[in-house]
Amino acid sequence: MISYIGKSIIDLHVNDETVSVMVNPSDTLLHVLRNQLLLTGAKKGCENGDCGSCTVLIDGWPVKACLMLAVEADECSITTIEGLKDLEIQKAFIENWGFQCGYCTSGFLMVCYALSRIHPEADEYTIEQWLQSNLCRCTGYSEIKAAIHSILNK
Amino acid sequence: MISFDFAYYRPDTLEEAIDCFQRLTKKNQKVIYYGGGTEIISMARAESIQFDAVIDLKWIPECTTLKLDQDNYIIGSMNSLTTIAEAGYFPLLCKTITRIADHTTQGKITIGGNLKSTIIYREATLPLMVTNCKIKIMTAKGLLTLPFPQIWNGQLDLQPEEFLVQIVINIDDINLPYVHAKRTKMDRIDYPLITLVGNKKNQFIQAAISGASNNPLLLDSEILNSSLSNEDKIRSIIDQIDHSLMSDIQGSKEYRKFVLSNMMSQMFAKLKDK
Repeated sequence: MISYIGKSIIDLHVNDETVSVMVNPSDTLLHVLRNQLLLTGAKKGCENGDCGSCTVLIDGWPVKACLMLAVEADECSITTIEGLKDLEIQKAFIENWGFQCGYCTSGFLMVCYALSRIHPEADEYTIEQWLQSNLCRCTGYSEIKAAIHSILNK
Repeated sequence: MISFDFAYYRPDTLEEAIDCFQRLTKKNQKVIYYGGGTEIISMARAESIQFDAVIDLKWIPECTTLKLDQDNYIIGSMNSLTTIAEAGYFPLLCKTITRIADHTTQGKITIGGNLKSTIIYREATLPLMVTNCKIKIMTAKGLLTLPFPQIWNGQLDLQPEEFLVQIVINIDDINLPYVHAKRTKMDRIDYPLITLVGNKKNQFIQAAISGASNNPLLLDSEILNSSLSNEDKIRSIIDQIDHSLMSDIQGSKEYRKFVLSNMMSQMFAKLKDK
């Protein structure tokens, strides 16, 4: 049985690198990514699992990092927005004006990237379902949808 | 951020989990079992709950089984809603759980966590309430299998050290004709005003609702299957549960009655020729 009592050193596998961090069991993954690993791409929004701005990928699936303890993630493959480079979805967001202030963008990109890999033939209902996990206060939803549509079902 | 610290334990077996719980409890520590953690983390951050230790059940193999055999569909309690939905067995359950929270969060919420939720809705129980299923729980005396109604009185009736291990659903019940309807106040992603599920087996209708009262409710199957007209059945059902219907920010009691009447009417229509 693994146990973490008080400050503990754990290994996190982030963006294909393994890093050792000292965490409290109560530290959320979001807190550790931003404050210890300085991966500030995942944003602190509601910290309640509603807005999705903190979305990262855990073993390829989107997860809200504010709703995960860092110690839960020690055997998982974590991908943050910093781990996505020159991908089709990122170009699609640029070409379709899929961002305004940009605060929600990293979260949306993680969801869209995961969707394009897990359901490359996603229909409209599936796209809607996945995208409803994230909020955009600038209400740039149409452009975000256009961006994901442009890379799916090719 | 959570403002207090706690210990985290990750047992590999059922016995380790319950031993750990009992050992810590003897030291007067407040211990809770940890599934997806969405509710625990949210409530801890808001300081609605406080605890000294969590025991994460997600690494116990029996709790993450997902298996369809010739007799049963076996669902480990620590399977996420997404895992269950992606498997695609038991369409009524899949439909119900894909309307709980949002898609990303469904990847973290476990079915066991939803059944044991302190939030009143526990929508994942609705398909279980209308099927022939059993529950395996880990107790101080070992693994126990019980019929679901025996352990469910609006909530899972467990001792503090006990936890849900598996749900075992009779295979004859997973592909029945069904109805699922969820009404919310405004947004598609929201707590329910009312969620209604129903199914029909050998011309016998069962139905359950969530969101209308403090716990999910199984509707009286005698009334549902009586010789009364549909309008009279609906009126009788609503009269029977009237005392438990609530008024809150989602909607008034009268509005809930109105919505439930319409939902039940649609349910009868959809199941009529099935």
